[in-house]
Amino acid sequence: MNQAAIQLKQTSRPKLGVFKFASCDGCQLSVLNLEDDLLALGQALDIAYFPEASSRMEAGPYDIALVEGSITTEEDAHRIRSVREQAKVVVTIGACATTGGIQALRNWADVESFKQVVYPSPEYIQSLRTSTPISEHVHVEFELWGCPIDKGQLLRVITDLLAGVQPRLPADSVCLECKRRGNVCVLVAKGVPCLGPVTRSGCGAICPSMGRDCYGCFGPMERARTGPGLPPNTASLAKQFHGGLQLIPVEVVRRFRGINGYAAPFKQESERWGQK
Amino acid sequence: MTETGGTKPEGEKKTRTIAVGTIARVEGEGSLRVTVQDGAVHDVELKIFEPPRFFEAFLVGRHYDEVPDIVARICGICPVAYQMSAVHAIEQIFGLRVEGPLRDLRRLLYCGEWIESHALHIFMLQAPDFLGYESGIAMAKDHAAIVTRGLRIKKAGNAIMTLLGGRSVHPVSVKVGGFSRVPNHRELESLKDELAWARDAAAETVRWVAAFDYPEFTPDYTFVALCHPDEYPFNEGRIVAGSGLDIPVDEFERHFTEHQVSYSHALQCTLRGAPYLVGPLARLNLNHDRLTPLTRQVLADTGLSLPLRNPFHGIVARSVETLYAFEESLRLIEQYDPPPSPSLPVRVRAGIGMACTEAPRGILYHRYRVDGDGVMREAKIVPPTSQNQGRIEADLRLFLPRVLDRSNEEASLACERVIRCYDPCISCATHFLKLEITQVKE
Repeated sequence: MNQAAIQLKQTSRPKLGVFKFASCDGCQLSVLNLEDDLLALGQALDIAYFPEASSRMEAGPYDIALVEGSITTEEDAHRIRSVREQAKVVVTIGACATTGGIQALRNWADVESFKQVVYPSPEYIQSLRTSTPISEHVHVEFELWGCPIDKGQLLRVITDLLAGVQPRLPADSVCLECKRRGNVCVLVAKGVPCLGPVTRSGCGAICPSMGRDCYGCFGPMERARTGPGLPPNTASLAKQFHGGLQLIPVEVVRRFRGINGYAAPFKQESERWGQK
Repeated sequence: MTETGGTKPEGEKKTRTIAVGTIARVEGEGSLRVTVQDGAVHDVELKIFEPPRFFEAFLVGRHYDEVPDIVARICGICPVAYQMSAVHAIEQIFGLRVEGPLRDLRRLLYCGEWIESHALHIFMLQAPDFLGYESGIAMAKDHAAIVTRGLRIKKAGNAIMTLLGGRSVHPVSVKVGGFSRVPNHRELESLKDELAWARDAAAETVRWVAAFDYPEFTPDYTFVALCHPDEYPFNEGRIVAGSGLDIPVDEFERHFTEHQVSYSHALQCTLRGAPYLVGPLARLNLNHDRLTPLTRQVLADTGLSLPLRNPFHGIVARSVETLYAFEESLRLIEQYDPPPSPSLPVRVRAGIGMACTEAPRGILYHRYRVDGDGVMREAKIVPPTSQNQGRIEADLRLFLPRVLDRSNEEASLACERVIRCYDPCISCATHFLKLEITQVKE
């Protein structure tokens, strides 16, 4: 990574590619939502491939590839390998690309029956049994979490890469941001099943600030040491949801099986409660 | 746009294909293939290679209060539309009516989304076609003031969404019964100066786009939109078609049917077997008398007369609606009186509910069945782009003869421009559109 970042610094106007897989386009929109900085970004970078924003579609290689969306088809599994081959640095943008996204709910279901619910002729639908993150298919240099990503974090990562610096973003919990905003804890005061204690910061604790429970759209928080009892302590939080807030096991499962349900700590917790 | 097709003799006949490998400046990924045989348009196939995500399937088994957060993820450009159709359908099941300031706040949030979505399309996606650029960013090199103005208009829409919803992409505050939090008077007032600037900038935008050079092209459309007796439609109204149809929302599925067409493997929605048009052009033509006097005047001053029948005038309709949305936002802020509670109490009961609201791209229909525990048992979602898809293909068939004498590359570019008039959102439509399964004949 450091090497790739240093190479980028030596490139006068690095080439950017933005690639879409299974997704809602919201993270690409976050790029365009950089309103005040968008035109400057267009000067600092050569936006060589970004079909959603430009008719010019230049071939690789690219210095930076921003990848939105998860892998859900055989064809996309091939395409991501080709993107990887053409890019010095691959950065995933958002929950779909980083953990498989909301469509990874299929990973616990029978996709054939899903097809029958949505399509009258399900045999025509080509789709993999699972929705998987980009990192299950190719090496990824940096992952941006969030559904959608925070545009400030995106700008920070691009700026770091251009400066030849290893990007770093906080991975502590939403609770820290929430406290800094001076919010009253919704879990304690309102008794709602807030995922803030186990969810990665970055959004600005917007859900508790809007008077509701965090639903984990920035994925599980991280610490240097991992293991039972260490953060993200999903087991303790789930126990509180069940014993303290009286959620029945299926409700605990739904809580952890959402936007980032396929991220390992959330996946393991929902599967534990799925057996109860 | 990537590949552009080729010409090859096929037996006695001469077959030519015009292809657009990846349609640029649309939301989501699609492609177009046109087959021309002996100088006549044979096949027009708008294809979607956006993979299906199965929303209707995985909604089943989720609790009703999770639905607004889940359906928002169908589309990052118009999440509020999905949230609105969803909460209205579920509220219908529970016999809940959200009125007064809470209803106004929903309308204000929707204004924010129309502004953000319309401004993106006007300045970044479609205007570059008229001025001859590959993108809005490239256009900024020669037209910095205009692009900067467009981005500031878009930002003003996002500011409304961020204040009411916490963020502009996938806002978090919308819930069955109202909101998780409502703003106080002072917070809303803080938007006013910027919205007033943006209203004037939006009026300027109407004049700017109306002066573009438009091709003469007026297909015979059936316009379909919501109509409300007193207001320009967002959350509520009857479904009205220019052909005389006027029905309550819960009769949607009796008149509008989805079916498969042999040449595209895509489900298309038709009204009594024929394609129809939803979106800004349809809304404006059917509801212009409910616009504000200022918006009507700005439109009248352009010299364009209603109904607008040229799809390229979609950019005008979008600009007019942007102006209206700013005026409406300012009115709603002016008269705002905070509700006693951010949401109404909910009493869960089993049942079926339908709702239709006006997404930026046109009517968005949802139907849900919920059981006595508040758990979803069935979901059906009909997004605007799957409704417009048949109409896009019909337009291309009509438009193509006038570009057949051009090179493949030029013809493809011209087709792409027709498609972009619709501001199609392929990500939205995907769970209703089939993937290609057979090789297209060359």
